[in-house]
Amino acid sequence: MPSMKTEAVPMIAARDIRKHFHGTEVLKGVSLDIGKGEVIAVIGPSGSGKSTFLRCLNHLETIDAGSIVIEGETLVETDAAGHCRYAPEAEARRICRKMGMVFQQFNLFPHLTVLQNVIEAPLTVKGLSRDAIVPRAEELLRKVGLLAKCGAYPSQLSGGQKQRVAIARALAMEPDIMLFDEPTSALDPELTGEVLRTMRQLAEEHMTMLVVTHEMSFARDVSTEVIFMDHGEIVEARPAGEMFADPRHPRTRAFLDHML
Amino acid sequence: MDYLFQILGPLLDGTAVTLQVFLLTLVLAVPLGLALALVRVSHFRTAARLVGGYIWLMRGTPLMLQMLFIYFALPFVPVIGIRLPDFPAAIVAFTLNYAAYFAEIFRSGIQSVGRGQYEAARVLGMSYGQTMRRIILPQVVKRILPPMSNETITLVKDTSLIYVLAMNDLLRAARGIVQRDFTTMPFAVAAAFYLIMTLVLTWGFMRLEKRYAVYED
Repeated sequence: MPSMKTEAVPMIAARDIRKHFHGTEVLKGVSLDIGKGEVIAVIGPSGSGKSTFLRCLNHLETIDAGSIVIEGETLVETDAAGHCRYAPEAEARRICRKMGMVFQQFNLFPHLTVLQNVIEAPLTVKGLSRDAIVPRAEELLRKVGLLAKCGAYPSQLSGGQKQRVAIARALAMEPDIMLFDEPTSALDPELTGEVLRTMRQLAEEHMTMLVVTHEMSFARDVSTEVIFMDHGEIVEARPAGEMFADPRHPRTRAFLDHML
Repeated sequence: MDYLFQILGPLLDGTAVTLQVFLLTLVLAVPLGLALALVRVSHFRTAARLVGGYIWLMRGTPLMLQMLFIYFALPFVPVIGIRLPDFPAAIVAFTLNYAAYFAEIFRSGIQSVGRGQYEAARVLGMSYGQTMRRIILPQVVKRILPPMSNETITLVKDTSLIYVLAMNDLLRAARGIVQRDFTTMPFAVAAAFYLIMTLVLTWGFMRLEKRYAVYED
């Protein structure tokens, strides 16, 4: 089971998350605490439930049972009778705004330019003025190396560039936590490097990150902790160095042997 | 040539009627169609089903029948029965009918936008309303331009149906002259007028499509 953290209030505290799709149990009671500044890599075979777990954390999926508390605020809890209750819609949206998310398929808004993609949510959700947000958006785009592409549309970008814009777009909402759902899986191999570099840079700035990934080198070199999931459960959770040097569980060992 | 100028007056009057019906229907039916489509794709099951029934009714019966019903039969319907003059009756019938077709075009457009767009908007904190207004509908416009172009061109020609309420649209004006003067030339002129109207529409939609071509989905 995951280690208990010493911080009083974890950034994310997920308890006993259960979720099924059409009779198949995808998450069989997953618990995880994420402390401030931690970078947690979630690895495991496809179908292990790792992406679903990530999507449950920010309410893209509705859980059947368990509780999720984000920075001390309850998104969802389950009472003694087993009734799973979410915070009211607007409240849930506000809580989930603490988490930014990057998708495998980028999901940029195709009708908006790169800059418009980045400023859209700060404008409409936070109600900031253009004057307030544009300089910050430009700074973020410079950080991901795409300031020159400001006026381009997503269809004019490479996959790696799209994903870096998606990261800048998420950061523009100033989240405390970043969730990455297989951010490099849809990319050509030669384009994964630029995205991983951007993520590494974020980690170095002590962003709290939860990364579902098949990039074992990223998991080993950048993350503070690695979680191995299989069949809807966390099989093993260890500091990155230990996990790769000495996986304890046979299933972890088999998976790592296969991947490395 | 003199004869052509002589019949041009009544034909232009008819064109004015045709254009009025066309423009009023467009202005009223597009927003109504959008509203119907939004209800249809919403989670309000009962309302969505009612809209489905409405669309079935409007697309499943002839527009001419609907127009005759509103003009002749509606006054005798209990409670909602009102007597409308011919022009308003025609506008109401056209609007109700075309809104159903537009609603289906909007619905297919809305449903063609992938789930990823909703999810991306959601994780950025946008509400359903904000997502629709800022993310989904702007993309829908580009996608529905070709079917909308089709439908508006059909509308131009469908306006000729108002002759059943004895209104003098372009076609009825032409037919009147043909029967009076025993020449088919007014038909040719009317055809030319319709072609000019649809040409303008085609050109307008082409410009819109070009404008939206700056981005790709």
